[in-house]
Amino acid sequence: MAKVKRIVLDVLKPHQPSVLEFAKAIADQGTRCNVKITVEEVDEKTESVTLVMEGENVPFDAVVDTINNLGGSLHSIDGVEVEGPDASPDQK
Amino acid sequence: MIQRLRFLLNLSRAHGIARRYFFTNGYDGALTILGLIVAFYTTGDVPTHTAISACLGAAIALCISGLTSAYISESEERKKELAELERALVTDLGDSEFGKASQWVPVWISLVNGLAPFLVSLFIIAPLWMDQIGIALPFPPLESAIGFALLAIFFLGLFLGKTSGSFWLWSGLRALLIAVVTCLIIFALKL
Repeated sequence: MAKVKRIVLDVLKPHQPSVLEFAKAIADQGTRCNVKITVEEVDEKTESVTLVMEGENVPFDAVVDTINNLGGSLHSIDGVEVEGPDASPDQK
Repeated sequence: MIQRLRFLLNLSRAHGIARRYFFTNGYDGALTILGLIVAFYTTGDVPTHTAISACLGAAIALCISGLTSAYISESEERKKELAELERALVTDLGDSEFGKASQWVPVWISLVNGLAPFLVSLFIIAPLWMDQIGIALPFPPLESAIGFALLAIFFLGLFLGKTSGSFWLWSGLRALLIAVVTCLIIFALKL
């Protein structure tokens, strides 16, 4: 089964929770995953951020659920990096 | 549970509101009961059980008033804030942590607002209870209750000074001064 190694998401979120708390909550969804968030634009009640998550197996669905749970809204998936499964014995 | 409540309060920035309500209504309660007790003192010959009933009635009324007024105003305020945030995010936040915060934060704030005057009032009338059940007090019950009220008001002032970062002793003394002036006005009017 293919593994998601990296995702780049465009997210609109409220000011609270802060970017740090937001990143921690998302990082908690995976094991040994790196999360990087860059604030692109700040409005009166919201901020647009670019979220990059990298790891051995990025749990995409759990990440989206966490974003929604924290009041964020996923605007677009701007990039993905997926690794295919190892060759099966038959293919070898 | 406490951590979750802290998270929801932080999310909705309601820490400061709960603190303000605690001081405002606690102070209201303390000053109301102090006024009643000083009035009983100046009247003279008021039986202790009558003073307890009157103070307890006032404490319950303050508690119910605090609970309901804060719940009604805060829940409406939270609903408005949630709707504004939903408009800004173009999404439904009903199932998110913001939705939960808009339901639970008014409950917490109303509990603080209602219980603060009630508990402060119970503390102030404690000497009257003690006298009623036969515990010996160093001073007569009404004078002791006045002392407890001044102490409660001083500590509420200290609490406000500590949380606001200003000089705590001055804040406590200022609250105490207001309470003393209130007592003097009641004494002067001989209510």
